[in-house]
Formats: sequence, structure tokens, C-alpha cells
Amino acid sequence: MDYRSLLTDLTKHTAVSGHEREMSLFIKQLFGKYCDSVEIDRFYNVAGIKKGCGDNRKKIMVTAHIDEIGLMVKSIDDEGFIKFSNVGGIDSKILLAQEVIIHGKKDLTGIIGAKPPHLLKPEEAKKSVKIEDLSIDTGMGGKKVKEYVSIGDVITFKSGLFTLQNDKVGSKSLDNRSSVAALFETMSHLSSVKHKDDLYFVATVQEEVRLAGAIISAYNIEPDIAVVIDACHGDIPDAPKEETYGLGKGPAIGLGPNLSRRLTNRIIDVAKEYNIPHQIDVEPGNTGTEAWATQVSRAGIPTVLVSIPVRYMHTAIETAHLGDIKNTGRLVAKFIELLAETEVN
Amino acid sequence: MLKELTELNGVSGNEDEVRKYIKAAVEKYADEVKVDSIGNLIVYKKGKSPRHKVMLCAHMDEVGFMVTGHAENGFIKFKPVGGVDERILPGKRVVIGDRKIPGIIGCKPIHLQEREERGNIIKLKSMYIDIGAEKKEEAERLAPLGEYIAFYSEYTEIGEGCVKAKALDDRVGCAILTEALKGDYEFDLYACFTVQEEVGLRGAEVAAYAVNPDLALVVEGTTCSDVPGVEKYDYSTVLGGGAALTIMDRTSYAAKNLVRYIYNLALKNNIKVQFKQTTTGGNDAGKIQRTRSGVKVASISVPCRYIHSPVSLMSKRDYESCRDITLLVLNQFNKNQNIIQAIMNGGEVDV
Repeated sequence: MDYRSLLTDLTKHTAVSGHEREMSLFIKQLFGKYCDSVEIDRFYNVAGIKKGCGDNRKKIMVTAHIDEIGLMVKSIDDEGFIKFSNVGGIDSKILLAQEVIIHGKKDLTGIIGAKPPHLLKPEEAKKSVKIEDLSIDTGMGGKKVKEYVSIGDVITFKSGLFTLQNDKVGSKSLDNRSSVAALFETMSHLSSVKHKDDLYFVATVQEEVRLAGAIISAYNIEPDIAVVIDACHGDIPDAPKEETYGLGKGPAIGLGPNLSRRLTNRIIDVAKEYNIPHQIDVEPGNTGTEAWATQVSRAGIPTVLVSIPVRYMHTAIETAHLGDIKNTGRLVAKFIELLAETEVN
Repeated sequence: MLKELTELNGVSGNEDEVRKYIKAAVEKYADEVKVDSIGNLIVYKKGKSPRHKVMLCAHMDEVGFMVTGHAENGFIKFKPVGGVDERILPGKRVVIGDRKIPGIIGCKPIHLQEREERGNIIKLKSMYIDIGAEKKEEAERLAPLGEYIAFYSEYTEIGEGCVKAKALDDRVGCAILTEALKGDYEFDLYACFTVQEEVGLRGAEVAAYAVNPDLALVVEGTTCSDVPGVEKYDYSTVLGGGAALTIMDRTSYAAKNLVRYIYNLALKNNIKVQFKQTTTGGNDAGKIQRTRSGVKVASISVPCRYIHSPVSLMSKRDYESCRDITLLVLNQFNKNQNIIQAIMNGGEVDV
């Protein structure tokens, strides 16, 4: 599979949490290639369904969220400068001199600026810049900006996919488009496999704002088993080793109370058996992923978490390794294939 | 031309790409093109009846970085070349060296920052560049010590007649000087495309000595601070306010009669012009003014918001004002070289 081109498409579309419609339509088309049917629910979760051939069919659900962090227009002043708040967790330190797109009546390019450095008072210069100190400059006057932009419009980083050394790529929203690509890889593997159970591949919404998409999807689909694919922190020099995962070293398999121990052991065994590189992600509490909501949906769903290492999460330069995406897709596919052949309970 | 110029990389001390491009563009208009020992491109256009030498000056270099080290895990350490606000760096894209190896300035995700870390500034010395290398040797091979690093930014037209690009300071000047070279003049014209402005006005110092001009005009991109959070009285220039004339800054004192002459000439010809209202910053004019027995200088600038960043913003109308007034001044000198003499003598000159 050409991951670069798939990721280029996936990251080109914007889907700030709560504004996933356009992305969902794209995903529907994409999933159509390998699924028997694709449904979009009223929150724009997209479920691709692939029916099994067994009699007593169970449901296996795999989710990857399609929403991304972003910004939201708060006010527009007479000169046209836009003040904004964040949608999802964003470090204001990365926003200065960042190029953005404001999704108003039409898309406008903007630049995030602040008071220039030589005008900062000494005590101001010591602190990091805060979101309220920042404004977006569109190069337009207030009247014009107000014609196109309304309060509540969302804003995304302007950043296309770029290539680094050793099969690494960077872009905005690789959290979680890299997982969506892995989910697609899983589907493509399973397309030629005869499986007993029904498979639900779900692209979920609003993960970055308290997991709304996963809560709704898990309730609606009522699966017997759930697999969540998400991003975890990639290895960087200035973060503790035990909190990050090596890029290129394979998917990180979550281990902890949020996840089914039995199924987790099983997916680890699958990785070992098929020589799929993997890492162990110890999560003593809330995994901060959709697994948190899925595990306690209805009467409870045994859940597995597989994560793709992504460096610089929640920035315009999130970085991932193409090999990890492929291996994540393969691992989940093998896990499901073997699970469906034997039993789901 | 401005698109091409701003997308070339020319961090101070490594202006080759820009010089090569400009040289090719101006050769056909010049009587002599010279590259001096430090790397300035000095383009001479012989006057038809020369009584004076006029120097135009724009610098080719831009702010950027150099590779200073490599970590075991393939990450790259770097230091700034010229004045860069370290606050803007986390999460930005760069390109390294002539091979244009893409890289990014890394930053710890907010999830992994301690509470007190969140409010602190990230110091440049703790930053690193990620090119995707996995080992020290690989990083050393692709981005050797001393390799130059430039911001990555595409020239984009945005908003109401605005341009976003890196290095508008001072590729705008380079573009305007190239325009000026298309004209024919009675006086001798030296268009000097200088190096190393951002690290201490080094190129202009030697270019001005060599040219020994009677009068010099510096064409620049200058600060523009008309943004939220700044008091109106602290606005250096205003975007859309026209070409900016410097009265005084940290490095130079412009010739009062020359500045007034340019200002009045602009007003009379309906060219938008403004004074740079703050005395911060500095440019090549500082060195030119102090050359040999002294040179009358003025700086004519395009206001650039977010200067020294990958996303500088200018108004195309300001650029046109800056170009038009520069060309008009040259044309007036052309019609009457006595104006140059009068300015040198220090008197007021009517328009």
C-alpha cells in the first residue's frame, strides 16, 4: 500500500473535533473499497461493516478516531485580528509564527502573531506566551474578515505531509490519521480472509474532546470485543524513556486495568508468533484513549489498545514511521483473523 | 521574482544561491558585475554624463541557524545566525544545507510537560532538530557540523493584497534594486547586494568603502509592530501605510535633507509614505554612513510584520510604494544631478 499518498489524503482533510463531516464522507468512500456496507451515524462516526460467514456471529469492532485538535474563533477585532481558543490540548508555545487555515465561509490563510520580542517587558519575556496573547493575522481588514469568518469557526494548522529520513513522515493530525491508515491496512489484509464473525471498522469523532464518538459507537454497535488504535508518544530526547516509544519499533500494545488482560496477552502472542515488531505500553490507569470509554460501554466490552508512536503530538509537525503503520495494521488483522477463526467470548 | 527570491536560502555567510540568482537576473543591464572578497555582488551601471556616484544597497542574507552538534540518537543541535526570537521556533520546519535535508525543530508534547514547564520559555540551547536520522553517524553525514539551516516557508499571497514568506527582509530590497538596474542613468549607479547584514552589517562596510559613493539609498524590509498587545505609540510602522523612511535607528542617522526630500517627493506624487516611528533595529545604512569621510544615507523600507520568522507578512501595495519612490528618486537625480550635490552640501532641496 502507498502509505505516503494515503496519508497525504488523510491529513489534507480537516476534521477538528465536532467538525468531521467532510472527513467522514471521504472515509465512507475509502472504506467502501473493502467493506460490504458503510454507515454514517448522526454524529458522523463512520462504520464500515464486513459480514462474517459463521452461524453464531459475534461482533468485533476496531476504532480509530478521525478528529484532530485545532483552534476556534473567539472574537474578531476592527483591524481584523482574530482571537481564539483551543479545541483539544494545545501548547500555546508552539503556536507563535504558525501558519493556520481558518475554515470560515471560505478557507483563509492566517499567521499567528504576538507582541514582537523587543517590545516585551523583562518580566513578560521570562514567561511563555499564552493563548490569550496570541492573535491570527489574515492580512485582511476587520470588515472583510467578518464577512468570511464567524465566532465558532474552526482553525487548523496549515501543514502538508513531508518526508524525513528513514521512512518517517511529518504532518499535522498524524494523531490520529496514522491509525486510520493502519485501520485501512487491517481491512485490506482481511479482505481476502474468510472470517466467521462480523467486523466493524469504525472511524470515530470527537475523541479529543472527551471521547464522544467512541461512547456512541460502542453503544450503537454493541461489540463483543473492541480494538482501539491510537497514537502514543514517540521517542524524543527531552522526555523520559519510559513514557515514549521508539519510532520504527512497531506498535505499542497497551497493558493495564483499562484493557482486557486475556486479549492483550493474546495479541502479544500473535505479534511474537508472526514476528511483528512491537513494544509494551504500560498504562496503570486511564489510557487517555477511546479504550477508556469502550471498556465500560453497556455491560462492558473487553478491549485491546494498539498504539502508533508519534513524535511531537498535538503540533503541526507530528512525526510517525511508515513501518509502524504497516505493522500496526498487520498485527490487528492477524489478531482478528485468528480470533475469529477460533472463538470470541 | 519575489517568490523565487524568498524561496532561495541565503543565511548570512552562505548567500551563494541568492547571489547566483541575482547575478543571472541583472547581468544584462550592467556594465560590470563584481563579487568582492566577502561575497558582495556589486553591479555597476555607467552613467551617461557622470558627476556623481549613487549607491543602492540591499542585503542578500537572511537569519537562520548552523549545525553545532549531533546527539547519539541522531538529533541535531544548532545555534542561530542573526537575531531570531527563540519563542517562535518549537514545531517549525527547516531545511539543512545545499542538499535541503528537511528537518523540524522538536518540542516536547504538552502531555509530557510538568506543570511548571508549561509556563516556561523553551530555551534555544535545549532545542534540537529532527531529520529522522537514527544514529549520530547518519546525522553527521546528512547535516555536518557548520552546515547552514534555513526556515522552510512557501511564498503565499494571502488576505487583501498581502504576501507571506520567509526572508522578505531583505529580498524585497534585492527585487527593487533589480528593478532599478533596468533604467538608464546620467550618474554612476552601484547596486550593491550585500552579505552578512544580519550578523553585523559586515558586507555593506566593505562594499561602501570600495564604491566610495556620494550618496546611498538602502532598500530594506523593516519591522512592523501594528499588532494586538502593542500600544499605538510603539508601532514602528503600519502595514498598508506605505514605504517607511527611517529617521534614526540603532545604527544610523539618516541624512535629514535627503529624508525630507524623499518624503516630500512621495507626497507630491501620491506615493504612500510613512516614517518609521521607533528607533529600534538597524541596517546597512549604519556602516555606509560612516564610510571614509562620511556618506549621506537614507533607508526606504517595506514594513514586514513577524520579521525574522518563517511567516513574515507584507502588503504588496507597500512594496510598490517602496519601489516607486526609490525609482522616482533615482529619476529625479537623473534629470538633475545638482540635487545630489545639494544634498551632499547639506541644504534643503525642494521637490
